[in-house]
Amino acid sequence: MTPLDINGSLNAVGYGLGAIGPGIGVGLIFSSVISGTARQPESRSMLMGTAWIGFAVVEALALFGLALAFILK
Amino acid sequence: MAYPGFTLLDGDVPQFGVSAFDSRPLFPSQGWQLCHPASGNPPDSCSTFQPAWTDIWITNHIFQAVLGAIIVIAFWLIVTNKMRVVPSKVQWAGEYLYNMLRNGVARDLIGPTYHKYVPFLVAMFSFIIINNLFGEFFVTMFPTFSKVGFAWGLALLTYILYNAVGIKKHGVLGYLKLMTVPEGVKFPIILLIAPLEFFSNFITRPITLGLRLFANLFAGHLLVMIFVVGGTWLVTYTNNNPLYNVTGAFALIFSFAIFALELLVAFLQAYVFTILTASYVAAAEADSH
Repeated sequence: MTPLDINGSLNAVGYGLGAIGPGIGVGLIFSSVISGTARQPESRSMLMGTAWIGFAVVEALALFGLALAFILK
Repeated sequence: MAYPGFTLLDGDVPQFGVSAFDSRPLFPSQGWQLCHPASGNPPDSCSTFQPAWTDIWITNHIFQAVLGAIIVIAFWLIVTNKMRVVPSKVQWAGEYLYNMLRNGVARDLIGPTYHKYVPFLVAMFSFIIINNLFGEFFVTMFPTFSKVGFAWGLALLTYILYNAVGIKKHGVLGYLKLMTVPEGVKFPIILLIAPLEFFSNFITRPITLGLRLFANLFAGHLLVMIFVVGGTWLVTYTNNNPLYNVTGAFALIFSFAIFALELLVAFLQAYVFTILTASYVAAAEADSH
């Protein structure tokens, strides 16, 4: 028997696919923050406040996926 | 070889489970020991032995939450004790934290009426962060909010707060209108938008709020556990291939990096929860969209 035998549920694969969208979304949010800060450094604190809210909202989808990956059998 | 929270089945492949997240009684009684799977008793032994109420209610995770509340109260009492114009180090730290929440979260998001919400936000932030940090320190070594019930409790608090604020300010019907009818949407479209807005504001909001806190800490703790327990298992694995032990050593070293990441997540989730609470209150208090 090989110790690195892969077995388990397809839920993990589904979660991996579901995490793609939020991954791209979070990347877009912070790339916008970076370019915004580069253009106008003094607006950084204001941008970050909005960015964290956006980050939390986008990330929620990935977290739904994580919860469902554990719940669904 | 047995590790706490994990059972080794099928010879030598560790079965990673989530049983390490189970609560156990702080003061185990006879009833718990007879009922617990680890005791080797058949599962139906629970039906003959009634677990004591202390087993059900006073668990280690409840104790952690209470301890967290006590630490929060003690911290703010110490910080605000003997306040001086030239602050001591402890007072400076407390003031820094307070200013961050008061100016950076409450004032920026809620606006002119932010004063009355500052105590709630500060208390919520400190309670969440101390409970998250329990996951990184020995003795407790478990973030309280990776039990989903605690996260639902906090989300319920926020839910009650922002709905109560909205109803108090606009009345029931006015609040419903504010929450479901966005400004400037014409008649036929409103039939489509209103249910969606209702769903988003009253159902998804509290669920995502609780689930976000829970899932971040749960996933983070699971990650730490996989690296530490899996690394330990690989290091102590005996066969003729040293690759397993080297991999295990790397996993154990890398677990420190995961711990550092968890420190960041502990702060970030407390901050995000507080900032979302503030923005929900702001949305409920707003005069229009």
